[in-house]
Amino acid sequence: MSLPGGKRRVASMPTQANENIVTRLLAGDRRALARVVTLIENHAPQAQRILAQLHAHTGRAHIIGITGSPGAGKSTLVMQLARELRRRERTIGVIAVDPSSPFTGGAILGDRIRMQELSGDPHVFIRSMASRGSLGGLAVSTRDTVRALDAAGFDVVIIETVGAGQAEVEIVRAAQTVVVVTVPGMGDDIQAIKAGILEIADIFVVNKADRPGADQTAAELRMLLSLDDTRKERSWRVPILKTSATTGAGIPELADKLDEHLAALKESGQLAARGGRQAQSEMLALLHQALVERIEAAIGPEEWDRLVQEVVERRSDPYTTAARLAARIGLAPSHEPA
Amino acid sequence: MADERKIRVLVAKPGLDGHDRGAKVIARALRDAGMEVIYTGIRQTPQMIVEAAIQEDVDAILMSILSGAHMAIFPKVMELLRENGADDILVMAGGILPDEDIPAIEAMGIKGNFGPGTPLATITAFVRANVRPERLEHDLAPLEQIDAAFEPGATTPAHDEPARREETGR
Repeated sequence: MSLPGGKRRVASMPTQANENIVTRLLAGDRRALARVVTLIENHAPQAQRILAQLHAHTGRAHIIGITGSPGAGKSTLVMQLARELRRRERTIGVIAVDPSSPFTGGAILGDRIRMQELSGDPHVFIRSMASRGSLGGLAVSTRDTVRALDAAGFDVVIIETVGAGQAEVEIVRAAQTVVVVTVPGMGDDIQAIKAGILEIADIFVVNKADRPGADQTAAELRMLLSLDDTRKERSWRVPILKTSATTGAGIPELADKLDEHLAALKESGQLAARGGRQAQSEMLALLHQALVERIEAAIGPEEWDRLVQEVVERRSDPYTTAARLAARIGLAPSHEPA
Repeated sequence: MADERKIRVLVAKPGLDGHDRGAKVIARALRDAGMEVIYTGIRQTPQMIVEAAIQEDVDAILMSILSGAHMAIFPKVMELLRENGADDILVMAGGILPDEDIPAIEAMGIKGNFGPGTPLATITAFVRANVRPERLEHDLAPLEQIDAAFEPGATTPAHDEPARREETGR
């Protein structure tokens, strides 16, 4: 067994080369952008240096998350929304996340099938991403990929999550506006999701509204929202929109509401607050990673396996072992359990 | 193994035939071999395939074609890849490819040519063996090639290629 995080080599990549790919990305070069995303996804040594340079160029894109249960029509909705936003002359980056197989690590990323109509538009960039074992509905690299797309100058970045159930709420930390997509006829399923993704919605979409039961679903959502006391203190009233992603009905209204939500976030100061929370969690995550690397550097895999075995065989316990290791890399005060 | 470099493969159905069972079975086999497969669906034009390959930064493209249009479509795909400096991508084909066309297809630089009955393990092993090794390196050498193309003389990659120099002159 090894520590999470894997091995990371510190490579001596010429700074010059990084600057070039950064310059190209900022100029809107699609290959450079695609390659930077690959470097991010693979935790390549130079990815962080590139991202560090990109950060100053970010903060302009409206970051929209689209989440909902599998089969709710997220991909088709993203396609229609992107088309509508193109009519409004916005440029669009799309990150479509699909699950990796927990057994083989492989993945079939099929979201492009529904987005074929966007193909050939130089102002649309679509990247499929496998979740690679991440459980929150996104991949570990999703937020950094948003940063790359933002820096490349896209007006809107749309993140389509893995088909999500109750707990896949990572999207809140990545997006500014979260759209939760549901469909008529889910019945009790709406009850089931109310604790999870229901709470994170800034906009509700009842998709496939050409099917029977759409009004009832909308009414149920309205009722659930009215029961949510935390909502009452917020200035933004969560709209419930009915769309048909196959016909395009309701899509212009969705685009309007997205703009309204962004304006409301700016006005209320929440956009800045979200930015602060995001920066904080990113810094903590990076520190956590640095820590894991330091532990890996200090403790070889053989020693690690031996220590694990000792705990398994009850010759030691996790608390004592962890405290000793922490002390060894200069982290812990000496409150080691006797 | 967060850092294991995943092979990314674009599976595409160019042309107008809609028989995608074979493409889907292969996509599934590649997934089961631990690869990330971007499946684009049917009726893909060469432009769509190349654009998707670039955006997704894939290591390999596998085109499945049964319609007989391969001699029109394949050269266009290869040409567009070269134009975009993306010809370090492994390109493979499968489906119904007449024997007499195989030499021409291979001369284009398209490999594999998996006919009906090819064992899935043969295909997945072929992908693994033929993806350009530098693409799978942790430091991803083609990055330097991109940089060289952008600013001639800034870096001189050891394995520069004629196609990239063409891009430089663009």
